[in-house]
Amino acid sequence: MSESDTVLAIESLTVDLPSWADRPHAVEDLTLDLRHNEILCVVGESGSGKSLMARAILGLFPSRHVRPSAGRILYRGEDLLAAAPEHLRAVRGSRIAMIFQEPMTALNPVLTLGRQIEEAIEVHQPSLRGAARRRVLEMLSAVHLPEPERIYGAYPHQISGGQRQRAMIAMALTLEPDVLIADEPTTALDVTTQAQILALIREIQATRRMAVLFITHDFGVVAEIADRIAVMQQGRLVEHGSAAEVLDAPREPYTRSLLAAVPSIVPAPPRAAIVQAPVAMRVSGLEKTYRSGGVFLGGSARVVHAAKGVAFEIRRGETLGIVGESGSGKSTVARCVARLVEPDAAEIRVGDTDFGRLSRRTLREARRRVQMVFQDPYGSLDPRHTVGNLIAEGPIVHGTAPSVAWERALELLELVGLDRRSAARYPHEFSGGQRQRIGLARALALDPEVLIADEPVSALDVSVQAQVLRLLADVRERLALTVLFITHDLRVAAQVCDSIAVMRRGEIVEYGLTQEVFAAPRHAYTRELFAAVPGRERRRART
Amino acid sequence: MREFARRFARNRPALAGLAILLAVIAIALLAPLLYPGSPFALVARPFQPPFEGYLFGTDQLGRDLTAEVVHGARTSLAIGLLATAIAVLVGATMGGLAGYYGGRIDALLMRFTEMFQTIPFFLFAIVLVTVLTPTIGSVILAISVVSWPPMARLVRGEFLAMRGREFVLACVSMGMSDARIILRHILPNALSSIIVTGSLMVATAILIESGLSFLGLSDPNTMSWGYVIGEGRTALRSAWWVCTVPGIAILVTVMAINLVGEGLNDALNPRLRSA
Repeated sequence: MSESDTVLAIESLTVDLPSWADRPHAVEDLTLDLRHNEILCVVGESGSGKSLMARAILGLFPSRHVRPSAGRILYRGEDLLAAAPEHLRAVRGSRIAMIFQEPMTALNPVLTLGRQIEEAIEVHQPSLRGAARRRVLEMLSAVHLPEPERIYGAYPHQISGGQRQRAMIAMALTLEPDVLIADEPTTALDVTTQAQILALIREIQATRRMAVLFITHDFGVVAEIADRIAVMQQGRLVEHGSAAEVLDAPREPYTRSLLAAVPSIVPAPPRAAIVQAPVAMRVSGLEKTYRSGGVFLGGSARVVHAAKGVAFEIRRGETLGIVGESGSGKSTVARCVARLVEPDAAEIRVGDTDFGRLSRRTLREARRRVQMVFQDPYGSLDPRHTVGNLIAEGPIVHGTAPSVAWERALELLELVGLDRRSAARYPHEFSGGQRQRIGLARALALDPEVLIADEPVSALDVSVQAQVLRLLADVRERLALTVLFITHDLRVAAQVCDSIAVMRRGEIVEYGLTQEVFAAPRHAYTRELFAAVPGRERRRART
Repeated sequence: MREFARRFARNRPALAGLAILLAVIAIALLAPLLYPGSPFALVARPFQPPFEGYLFGTDQLGRDLTAEVVHGARTSLAIGLLATAIAVLVGATMGGLAGYYGGRIDALLMRFTEMFQTIPFFLFAIVLVTVLTPTIGSVILAISVVSWPPMARLVRGEFLAMRGREFVLACVSMGMSDARIILRHILPNALSSIIVTGSLMVATAILIESGLSFLGLSDPNTMSWGYVIGEGRTALRSAWWVCTVPGIAILVTVMAINLVGEGLNDALNPRLRSA
């Protein structure tokens, strides 16, 4: 590789964090180069400094307390850290472009897409003004947006998330930059949309021979797209090399542990003795429709069928997974089954009880039989109570003596792998993974017959996710729990669920034993979902 | 709690406000000791300018202006606090029920709240006091009646947002009663906004009370700042101090309360401020 191949060189970059942060440097002595015509993936868990590193290239620091203290960032031999602000502005957007994770917030909601993309041209190449509109339309079709004319005049909220991300890419490419920095560009997207956007980035990179710096936390995405890989941990570069080297023969233990934490898409072997067990929960004819708007002033209401004739049953000790993309209605089903949301129609039986038709009073008593673990580790625990209180409160409400409930809370904390002393502390003192453990302990405190887990690991880093999943499997075994597991992640479903139901637009399109569904998906949508799982081929080749 | 105190103490204006407010409260509490006897008592020649025998001079009837202002502080603060307490209680209850239960209850309570908000609040207070005959009680009632709606709206918003949060759903799924969820889990989380808005409402209540007594709509047997200003306004050009001293008292007190309120806001909601 010759010297001229390098477009962007980061040389022993150190970025300081303010004194009150948990570590002195966000990025520490990092050296990395990005070459012409390649995709370099920077992988790391949250807090590894990968995003900050990417933003440092464009001088976008989150606050004035976060500053680079050493090193250089050379773009074609010129130090961007030392560049004058005007010069940096000229480089931004026109030579080095960036796309972000959440296209909804990265786009200005009150301007049409065409207008926003044109603006970039006006700022950097005023001479092109007259031709701007034609150029924008060209770019919109280059990213395969349907009906560029219509998209040109549309506002960001009028198009889908995937289309918005395409528009963002079009905007980034308008000025034909040499370097594209993509900061988790597909994290907020559904798996099928993600697959399309990844293909698009790949295609555009190849046709324009650009250098792409791709930031992600997802090894599946990395396997799909990377030419070279850099692994970051705690602000340091742990390992870097070609995609094949890092994925197939990782040198560092940290990289190996990260790779090992990615759940396999090949389902775990089936557990015996579930097929004969009695049915713990049976749901049939579950209907839920959401209407919005149109109540006043005679506007037409928007009707969304979040659940249409949903039916399933879970045997005692079984884990049923409901998988689907966002908007498929899987969370609505979970909440209806727990009767947190009232379904329009449904028969929900828990054991022998007609759970769906209990009156308000009897329901409150019966709620302990169905417990929930929530997605958001930060929003699902009341910040004003100690952990012990939160866990013990449920049983106390149901008449357990406080001292007994507390003793049980302490046992549960140990069961989920936390110290007994945690009971006296408040939720904010715990990390995301620990909070999910607390949430699980709280649900278990009531000895539920059915545990509903609504995306319990999707907000967690992959290594923490693996720990929590292991804990869940362990607890499930020990307490013979019946679990309804909601997830969008087929890899997680493959590892956790005995059987799965695939949901799309409020309907279950495929339902069966995990082994069978994964081995031979019958429905076209299921096949599409499987095909979209990033890094599938590669991992298959390896395992 | 210590964290809160530290953040509050970092805010100089808020500390100054707190110091002034504590001084005003101390003066109000010590009024019977500082100036025993009725503040209505005639003590000297009318219209004595300040610093000639009496600290702030005398008014048109020869009453000691200092005694009037010191005793007036009691009324103003008491009315401000009581009226606010009632308004917070009513507003938080209405808003809390509307936000927690939503649907028809929400619509009903909010339309009711809006009814109060459509009437200009000061005129409404005047009408109420006039109809009910001016006594301390009716003034407090009038002030709380006109000031609870904003509190109801605020608390409704907080409750509505919290109602959908996962920790509240967790409480529901554990089978807790509504009362328990509201009082133990939602209310404590909404408390900081209630405290901040409530503290600012005290300042407004004092202003409304002063306005009412200025117009002669207060208990004629109770000394208050607005009353002194109202009485003295006919002599504004010849004896400026009669209006000015209680006016400054109102200004300083309201400003102090506002500073404390702002300080509470910054200290209780640190996330709203950029680092």
